[in-house]
Amino acid sequence: MLLKKLPFTRYLATFFYAMAFWLFLSGHYDVFHITIGILCCIGVSYASTNLLFQYEADKKRHIIALEFILYTFWLIKEIVIANLQVARLVLSPRLKIDPGIIVYKCRHIQGDVPKTVYGNSITLTPGTVTLDIVGDDFYVHALTPAFAAGLQDGEMERRVAHVYHTK
Amino acid sequence: MLTLGNTNLAANDICAIVLIVGGLFFFFTSTVGLLRFPDLYSRMHATGKGDTLAVLLIISGAIVHHGLNLNSAKLTLIALFVFIANPTATHAIGRAAYRCGIKPWRRKPEPSNSGEPKK
Repeated sequence: MLLKKLPFTRYLATFFYAMAFWLFLSGHYDVFHITIGILCCIGVSYASTNLLFQYEADKKRHIIALEFILYTFWLIKEIVIANLQVARLVLSPRLKIDPGIIVYKCRHIQGDVPKTVYGNSITLTPGTVTLDIVGDDFYVHALTPAFAAGLQDGEMERRVAHVYHTK
Repeated sequence: MLTLGNTNLAANDICAIVLIVGGLFFFFTSTVGLLRFPDLYSRMHATGKGDTLAVLLIISGAIVHHGLNLNSAKLTLIALFVFIANPTATHAIGRAAYRCGIKPWRRKPEPSNSGEPKK
């Protein structure tokens, strides 16, 4: 499984990412530390290039990155709202929760990376946690029916789809 | 500039204090939620979201306090890692529980609570 054949340039790109990260973190720029860094980065790029470059996007990568950053700001806003709502539920004297599991079928998202992003976004936003993903079905645990209805609205899915897909 | 006792607080200190206190508040609520909620799934709601935001707030408070330098860049990377790893870990726990067949806690149907819950 490790030795899926990949173009050599991808290993090289992973190596340079890892090396830049090493130099950034280490702060020691003598021969000894840089040699160790090069050896480690060769190992890392050998083992994990097929993880880093697995997703074949149908858009330019830098556009995805830019839109992903914009999406992250929107997500942080949603996370703050989510936490205030959960905090209010937690601190209310009677726990007004009515949890249940719903199945959400995603319509616009294909591919592993967008689904992962979407699943993690569901976990981070109001009252919903992704339990399992089977095909296009997201099994989501919701704290109250109102949170479940907010998920069914599908705004977040459209935003994730907008980041990753041209349609 | 704000004077508090014998210490002078600059604007970035006040900003850092506000951020860190906010982070502590969300850590507090997620801990209370972890203790009060009835089952594993609803406890995940408290910890999975609360910790992520709390760590983000505390780290941004530390960045504001520190100013922009190499250390705060490293702190940003920590925040990024937590941002990705925390919901993933929550998902892993939840999926393991779901596949093991743990039934989620349901509110007992009471006369006062039947039908749509208010607000």
